[in-house]
Amino acid sequence: MKGLRVFFVGGLISYRALFGFLSLWIFVPALILTPIFQILLFAYIGRAAGVGSDEFYVIGNAIQYSSVPCLFAMTQTIADERFWQTLGPILISPAGRLPLFLGRALPVIVNGLFVAAFSLFVGGLLLGTTLDGATWARLAPVLLVGAFSCTGLGLVNAAIGLRVRETAVLSNVFVGLLLIFCGANVALSTLPGWMAVISRGLPLTHTIEAARAVAAGASLASVRGLLGREAVVGLAYAALGVAMLRFFEQQSRRHATLERV
Amino acid sequence: MTGLRVVRAGFVMNLKMLATSSFFLVTSTLQPVIFATIAFYMFRAGGQGGTLLYAALGAGMMGVWSTTLYGSGGMIQWQRWQGTLELSAGSPHPLALVYLPFTLANALTGAYALVATLLWGRLLFGVPLHLVHPFQFAVAVPVAILSLGLMGLLLASTFILYRYANALSNLLEYPVWIASGLVFSTSILPVWTRPISWLLPPYWGILAIRHAALGGSAWGPIVAALALGAAYGLLSTVTFGIFERLARDQATLSLT
Repeated sequence: MKGLRVFFVGGLISYRALFGFLSLWIFVPALILTPIFQILLFAYIGRAAGVGSDEFYVIGNAIQYSSVPCLFAMTQTIADERFWQTLGPILISPAGRLPLFLGRALPVIVNGLFVAAFSLFVGGLLLGTTLDGATWARLAPVLLVGAFSCTGLGLVNAAIGLRVRETAVLSNVFVGLLLIFCGANVALSTLPGWMAVISRGLPLTHTIEAARAVAAGASLASVRGLLGREAVVGLAYAALGVAMLRFFEQQSRRHATLERV
Repeated sequence: MTGLRVVRAGFVMNLKMLATSSFFLVTSTLQPVIFATIAFYMFRAGGQGGTLLYAALGAGMMGVWSTTLYGSGGMIQWQRWQGTLELSAGSPHPLALVYLPFTLANALTGAYALVATLLWGRLLFGVPLHLVHPFQFAVAVPVAILSLGLMGLLLASTFILYRYANALSNLLEYPVWIASGLVFSTSILPVWTRPISWLLPPYWGILAIRHAALGGSAWGPIVAALALGAAYGLLSTVTFGIFERLARDQATLSLT
């Protein structure tokens, strides 16, 4: 029961603290407006290059942009504790580490889902590639799996935040790499073989592929395999993240570097 | 003479600060390379391999704009965090002069982006670096960077009043990339966006660089970029005065 309370209440408070501090003045430009412009940019590059359809870029970029909240917010909810010198009190509390850290992931996943869905909706409206209600219903679980998977990578990034200071730089690098590798703008068949192999091990790749198939009329059952693989990728990153958090926590205690900023 | 010393000292100081900022170095080198890579693959997939230099130049200019923008938004915010904004505002020189070298250094750092994307394109994608008008190219690049820096100065002045300048910086990145047509011709954008493009130095800057590199006279866009840059520079001296006074009135200068 206590673990559940730490998971839900702790996670929610942590997330509110993050965005209470950042405010809507940051939330709206960064997570509501910018993804729309990213969609427009790549849709126009696609038109100029004569490759892909508007729908291809709307879906790809809306889902890829969910990596921004998933990576940044997940990292911030843990790395910021270090910056504000509150990490020590949290880590000496008797709360279990799993509900403590995973609880912080839950609001991040919900936020990632919202960003992807909103961008998909508005981007589609602007470029005339709107989806019907039935397609949206099939897309919802697809987007959710993608947000979960990317938050797993965010957990890895957050763990690294216990060791290094420049987590924002690292998040930017991850977001940039996802932009190239996850098939948001360049179809995997166009990428060199070694890049396509890496893509399969990254979050969002399978989600984007599944979402495009669903938008084209495929049933949820037919993309079950893709969603399963995406979930496995997310679980693998989440497990790695939790293991790294434990390891770096021990290292920080041993070397007395927990609160070094 | 003192003014020139302020510009020189501020320029060198900011270059040193930027050289130690991993965020800035990543923004100015890695990010444009990422966008260039995507653009290369997209143009190649569309069967337009001949336009790879076009894409490389555009991606490079995207980096110049990003660093100018983050630098302009960041320099006010960083000074706030470091507690030096009030000292700068209290110095005997006009605030615009104090920040001019900062924004120029930001834009110059962005030139790494242009170099990085051209090298990246050459080494990994075999993009030919043959320039049709090398002399015009040598003039167009610094003019484009200077005009972007002066636009950055105008933006920086508005950030004095705005506590979340960094967020605004993020927001302005993509729209200017789009409206300036850095990686595609603005002719494919809706007609109503044309006047917006004309008011943006990156639009004229990339036009000048593109003409110099790929053919066509670059002088017209070079003059336009210079004129627009000068206009933004002049305007910024006015806005710096207004916003600084407002911030002093409302006692918000050092609010973080």
